[in-house]
Amino acid sequence: MASAVRDLELDLDAFEGPFDLLLTLLLKDAIQPSEIDMAGIIVAFVERLAERDELDLDACGEFLVLIASLLELKARHLFPDEEAELADMEPEEAAEELARRLSEYRRMKLAAVWLRERLEEQSELYFRLGPAPLAPSPERRLAAQEPLRLVEAMRGLAVEPPRVSLSHIALRFPPVSQFVERFRALLVRRRRFDFDTEMKGLSRVEQAVAFLALLELRKEGEISISQAAPFAPIRIARADEPLFNTDDGRMLQWTARSA
Amino acid sequence: MDRPLRLISANPLDSLARTVEALLVVASQPLTVEELAEATADDVERIETALGLLRERYSEGRSGIVLQKVAGGYAFGASREAAEACARLFERPVERGLSQAALETVAIVAYLGPVSRPEIAQIRGVAADSAVASLVERGLIAEAGRENSPGGAVRYRVTALFERVFGLESLAALPRLDDIGADQAAIRERLLEVAEARAS
Repeated sequence: MASAVRDLELDLDAFEGPFDLLLTLLLKDAIQPSEIDMAGIIVAFVERLAERDELDLDACGEFLVLIASLLELKARHLFPDEEAELADMEPEEAAEELARRLSEYRRMKLAAVWLRERLEEQSELYFRLGPAPLAPSPERRLAAQEPLRLVEAMRGLAVEPPRVSLSHIALRFPPVSQFVERFRALLVRRRRFDFDTEMKGLSRVEQAVAFLALLELRKEGEISISQAAPFAPIRIARADEPLFNTDDGRMLQWTARSA
Repeated sequence: MDRPLRLISANPLDSLARTVEALLVVASQPLTVEELAEATADDVERIETALGLLRERYSEGRSGIVLQKVAGGYAFGASREAAEACARLFERPVERGLSQAALETVAIVAYLGPVSRPEIAQIRGVAADSAVASLVERGLIAEAGRENSPGGAVRYRVTALFERVFGLESLAALPRLDDIGADQAAIRERLLEVAEARAS
């Protein structure tokens, strides 16, 4: 499953292809890290996770390590390498630059000394800063302790903690059969219905499972599916019902082949 | 009680001074002349005259409370003669444990601000992350926008609290860097001497 990270298909502005190839190109300097949208990679990985019905911690771990390395690479690329800048200079220029920096730092060090003296002068001046903070209470000294009591206390802490349950973060998918039954019941009451209307209020995962249920029913020959145009409402009818007319009068039927 | 206090009189300016006095007691940070003028619905010149009266009344040796001109405004503080008693009950938490690194960092921000962490690190030659975080937590520096370059590092400036803690009327009260600065030519000469000594 760890290879699932490297095979991750990316469709970014600056790159389209598997994650593995992107890493190779970055390491060969064929692509600049600053051009890569890291958030896009993370979104692609999270979507891949959502497609699977189980949380693979190995894959997540590998992804975190890789994306962290990429972020560091990008961050380094965004800031100039000062050492290299100095190395490119002539010795005279480098000495000049170094002297300028040292002089600047020395001035700031002297400014810090001035501030320290100023702070000492001001240390006798008290003023209100919101509610006046109380002085810290005197440190409490511990009474003499028995070593055996310490051992007992440590023993209590040395118990292995209970295993942490990850069940609450697993992705849950409703069974396809649930929607198959729901659509069958709907078609008993009504001869046709609009898929989008029925899906209102459901999560994306539930909508995806419901669509699988539609395909199942179509495969069994129980329903016919029509859609006037891409992204137009999907209409469902009993298999024995006539198909819907589209606006331009043509008869359209959705088939497994056209999907 | 037969003789009223100087501020308690029928003089309209004394009445204004008492109102300004009340505002300064309630405030927990310095108030500017403009803020006082707005709150009292009076003009700036009269506020300054009233503040003059209060400075006379609340000065070292005359009162336990002193009126300070600090951080671009006016604020009440405890007199120096009360410092020992104050120290037993209160502390000045903002400056407690202020490290040398933090002082150098705040000096850079005060003189060159707004500056970013990479700029501070370039001057000090070491990472400034922890010093900057400590100064932000103490309220001595605050964020002041971002750089325009790619990545846009956060820039920092000193706060009014910095001026108050260091007893500065404003940042203009900081000494000129030339007055405390170093001789760049002398440093360069020394660097070249060291380089030549190593080469020979």
